Order: sequence, then C-alpha cells, then structure tokens
Amino acid sequence: MKLAVKDAMRCVGCQSCMFACSRRSGNAGLSNTCIGVKSSGGISKGYTVIVCRSCKNPPCASVCPTGALVPKEGGGVRLISSKCIGCGLCKNACIIDAVFWNEDENKPVICVQCGYCVDYCPYDVLELEKDKKGVSHD
Amino acid sequence: MIENDTLSKVLYIDLTKKKFQIKDRKDLFEKYLGGTGVATQLLLEECPKGIDPFAPESPIIFAVGPLTGAFPLASKTSAMFKSPHTGDLGESHAGGRSAIAIRMAGYGAIVIKGKSEIPIYLSITSGKVQFKNATTLWGMKDGSIAAKVMRQTEKGEGLRAIFRIGQAGENLATFANVTTETYRHFGRMGLGAIFGSKMLKGIVISGKQAIEVSNKKEYRALYDKIYDMATESPLMKKYHDVGTAINIKSLNSANALPVKNLQQSSIDTIEAVTGEEIAKHHLARRVACAHCPVACIHLAYLREPYDDDPYFYKTTPVCYDFELIYALGTMVGITEPKAMLKLIDIVEQVGVDAMSMGVILSWITEMFEKNLITKDDLNGISISWGDAEGYIKLVKNVTKPTTDFLKACSSGVSHASSIYGGKEFAMSFGKNEMAGYHTGPAGYLGFLLGARHSHLDNGGYSIDQKELVNTEVTPKEVVDKLLEEEAIRQILSSIAVCFFARGIYDLKLVSEAIKLLGFDMDDKKLFEIGKQIHLKKYQFKIREGFSIDKLEIPERIYETNDPTGKITKEFINEGLDYAKNLIN
Repeated sequence: MKLAVKDAMRCVGCQSCMFACSRRSGNAGLSNTCIGVKSSGGISKGYTVIVCRSCKNPPCASVCPTGALVPKEGGGVRLISSKCIGCGLCKNACIIDAVFWNEDENKPVICVQCGYCVDYCPYDVLELEKDKKGVSHD
Repeated sequence: MIENDTLSKVLYIDLTKKKFQIKDRKDLFEKYLGGTGVATQLLLEECPKGIDPFAPESPIIFAVGPLTGAFPLASKTSAMFKSPHTGDLGESHAGGRSAIAIRMAGYGAIVIKGKSEIPIYLSITSGKVQFKNATTLWGMKDGSIAAKVMRQTEKGEGLRAIFRIGQAGENLATFANVTTETYRHFGRMGLGAIFGSKMLKGIVISGKQAIEVSNKKEYRALYDKIYDMATESPLMKKYHDVGTAINIKSLNSANALPVKNLQQSSIDTIEAVTGEEIAKHHLARRVACAHCPVACIHLAYLREPYDDDPYFYKTTPVCYDFELIYALGTMVGITEPKAMLKLIDIVEQVGVDAMSMGVILSWITEMFEKNLITKDDLNGISISWGDAEGYIKLVKNVTKPTTDFLKACSSGVSHASSIYGGKEFAMSFGKNEMAGYHTGPAGYLGFLLGARHSHLDNGGYSIDQKELVNTEVTPKEVVDKLLEEEAIRQILSSIAVCFFARGIYDLKLVSEAIKLLGFDMDDKKLFEIGKQIHLKKYQFKIREGFSIDKLEIPERIYETNDPTGKITKEFINEGLDYAKNLIN
C-alpha cells in the first residue's frame, strides 16, 4: 500500500492528518508528524499536501552517511534510529520536503505508509493506493 | 498538570529593551487552566490601574489552553488587554494557527510590554525571540502585503501563525484589529491599536513539539470520540456547509436583523446576500483553523473587470460570515453581494473590526441624512444607504482621519456621538458597537453584561430565540441564565475551545479531556472556576471605571420591531438592577 494525495484541492488546511500522524506514536502535538500541510503561497491559493512518495531509488537513503536509512523492497525507506547521527542530509536530499524532522530528538521522521492519517481526513484528500500485489511492504 | 508540559511557560517580552525571559507559571495554569482564565490573572498582575491603554506599560497578553494541540476544536487564542475602545477590559479570541503555533513553540502564554522606537515585528520560536526591523512594512495601505513579506522572510511554513496590523492599527483607530492567517482576527476591542502604539507591526510564531498525555490509550479513544462528534454532528456540518451566514435569512424573516442602523429589522431585498445565495454564486473555498476538521471559514471570489483593459480581471478572495453580511451589508443598506464584498475587502485591508466599522458607517449615514453633519465633516463625501463606493471612501477616511468629525469616529460611535449628538441611534453597548442580533431583551442584556461585549460571550440571543419568543421569562431569570452561561464559556475559553463547539464540549467532557493533560477537576469544580474567572474579569472592569449605572442604551432598540416584542425599558432596567447585586 502506498499513501497518496488524491485531491489536494479539497484540502481545507485543518491539519487533522498531521496531528493523527504524530498521535500514532502515542503523544499529542506535532513532533512526530511525517505528513505536511502548508498553504500554497497564502491560504486563498489553497494547500500543498506533502507525503512521502516511497521512491524506488530513494535519494534520502543515497546520501545517508551511516546507513541509517535502508531502502525497502518496492520503494521507500526504513529508519534504523540507533545508526542515525542527525546530520540532516536526508532532509536536504528530499526535494519535496517529505523527510520531516523531530526537533526534540534531532532525527528524521519517515513515513511508514501505515495510512493512519487517511482515516482522519474528513474531506477525502488522502488515500492508500494499492500496489500491484495489493499489500503493504512493511 | 503534567510535569513536563510547557503550557506553564510564560514568555515575557519587553519591546523597549528588546529583551525577553521565560518564567514557569504553574501556579496560574493549575488554578485557571489557561486561555482566558490565565490571561485575566496576568492582566490583573501586569496592567497598572488607570493606565492609558497606549502607554508603554500597558500589556498585551495572549494565552492558549491545555487541550490546544491535543484535541480538535481547541485552537483559540485569548488576547487580553486594556481596551482603548471601551477603556476597560479588552478581550478578543482568534483561531487560525495562532493557538497551535504558540503551544507548539513551547508556551502557554505571552506577555508583551514596552514600546519600540522603530517599527518592528517579532519572530518567536522555541526559547527564542528575535526583534526584526519592520520600518519598510509601516504605512502600507493593504495589511496583507506586510503579512506576505513576513511569510516570505520567515521560516516555519505550515506550522506558523502570522499576526499583523493594518494602517488602522498604526493610526490608533481604537477598534483596529489584529489579523492572523489572512482571514482570522483578534477582532473586537482594539488590540490592533495597542500593537500600533507599541510600534509592533506583527508577530510570526512557530514550533513543532510533542505534548505528553497521561494515558496514551485513553487519549486516543477520547480523541476519536470528539473527532467523530466534530465531523458527524449536524450542528458542525451547518458551520461547514453554508456557515454562519445561514442565519441571515432566518433573522431577516424573524425581524431580528439590524438594517440601516436598526431603523428596520428586516429588508425585502435580502435574497442575494443570504448565505445560501452567496454560497451558490460567489463561494470559492472553505478553509479551517489548525486542528479543527470543521472548516467554517468561507472565502468568496470577487471578480471585477478593469475599465481600461478588456478581458482583464482583478480576482480577490474575500472572507465572509454572518457578522460581515450584517455589519457591511444590511446595516448600511447594501444587499448587492459584489458591492458588499468590495466593502468587506477594504475593511480587511485597513485592519479594523468589521462590526464596529459597519455600525460607525451606519451612524454616520443617519447623521448625514438628518443634517446633523455636513459634507465638509465627511471630507467632501456625500453618503446614502447602500452606496458602497461612498462607504469605501469613508472607511479610508475614518482609519486615516481627514477631519475632526472623522477623527472622532475613529474612536467609535459612543465617543463620536458624545461630541456630535445622535446618541439615541448610536448603536453601541458598553461603548462597543452592536453585533447583528436584534433578537430581544436577552440579547441586549447580554451585550450590556457580557464581560467582553461580544455577541458570543453570552447566550442572550439564544434565550430570545428559544424561550422569550414563546414564553414568559422574567428579567431576573434572563440574567441568571446569562451568568450561568458566562461561567461555562469562561471555561471553554480557558481551555481554548471554540464556542462553535460548545454543543460538543460540555463540562463533563472537558473534565475527561483535561484529565489526560494532568488536571483533576470535575464538572462542578470547573463551573465554580468559571464563575471565579468571570468575577475576576469584572474585578478588572470595575477597577478601570466600569459601572452598570453608567451604561448608555440607545433609544432606537425600543423603537424597532423585534421577534419577542418585549424590548422595553422596564425589562432591561429590571435585569440590570438585578445584575448589579450579583456583579458589583
């Protein structure tokens, strides 16, 4: 399964998805969110919704100097937190800004394509796309 | 509260010395939760008695609540200050991303004092305040341009709030507002003018931290319960679909909608400016405050052709709701939607409270109509009901005053009518211009007794519409109901929950939710704290000279038809007399 933005034009900017993503780890707030909603240059122009695209040959993993980001079969990466030194190269390597950062821990937060956020979008902006096999790669 | 929660951190900023410090004020948050409760206490601590609201020592206080960032619909910031408009308690609430950004930056409240010698804006992040030179932004005729510059200069996209004032705040119009996220406002009571007096053009604040909860499993379960109520309740759907503007049609048919300075309470030509019609023909987008799935903010697109270039259009997004259609539509006799949207847009640009502005414009029109003022007083402008172009000129002239009369108007109708007459139709209560509810005597008692003089701080119009229309309710019973509702609303604004969600967050649910943030208070205790907070607000008001005996009531309210037929001097006075013993 792969998280995707179905129709960003329907986004109202409530950020319920961002809070859901962070809440998945148990706490409130936004420190662990790895989905982003921001205005497209002012609220009247609508919103940009940023989700990890699970690249097949992920640039974030290519630049990681310690092997903390491991490419997954079928796309996307897995973070081995103990190996991460918090250098931030992965964040800079992602040109759509989908590598988010936990400021409290100084480490990246990487989307695991779980789809928890999808259930908290009341306006049908997000969806979990099935891949050819129709299964998750976790 | 939970030990590590940064809610208790209060950021104190001194604009004179360009310094800041962070103090832990668990003492206040554990007692008053946050928001209005904590801000009231901070105001009593920080605001010297009898001070000129524009003096450097006059404080600005922002506070958010424990549920902010943890539960949906808890995204309001309470701003408190001494109002330059009324001379006593100033309180405004705004949503947007304001509350989430303050909480996520690691603060529960912010206190701003002092005065900068040059225009500045503040850039606030976790543990840090930067004082930025805003000289180039000062004097811009459209406040949204200043916001755009701050947006392009500062970091924190998607996580930040951008507060700013317009020209009206810079020029100290006492009903100037502070805008956040382009379309939300600390609207009433003149916070924008206090920003202006401190040479403070704006604030950018952002952060992204975690908030610990006491039980993760219970937290997620309660979150889901509240989230489901917010997304499935028909009441919240009403706010999302047509929005508050849906009330225009019903209040108009009930003779409860102020028209032409309340000379009428209904108008035949209403159709095109009803919520339903505007949604059909002009609505472009609905947006939400951060962490609120309701999305009640309605943006229309105004498309105007340029006269000198065929097929070239200016397209302007304009935010509207019930109060704007009342104040800048029916109150000034405008029922043509495009003209009304143009007027709303200019009011946004200069940065003033739309309700006060509309009431001032309507009072000016009646003064002019009755020959109590001349064209010279209006800088050469002739004005008549429904003349949007004339009103656009007047808005500019009131917020950058060109004559003595217009200068007086920039301090509100109560002030202007004390000099120029016309008090009997100067539609303000406690020196604050009326909201759009001519629903009955409970609504007016609410305006007069509500601690922040806004329509939403009391349930008056609801008592009128649900009870007084059909049954006999005595003035005393009305006041008791109003004060009971006030106590509940103090709690909602202390935990920073939007009043639109008052049907969801009853005190039992509030008790359950705050428990997960480490507050152990049952619904009865919360109600008692609510009463205390309300009395504290009155303590400040009375300290600054408020007295029920000094309240002025325009005769007009007794003359115009209303749905109850019960707006009489006897009713209002009996209610006020009774309230005196409860409040003073």
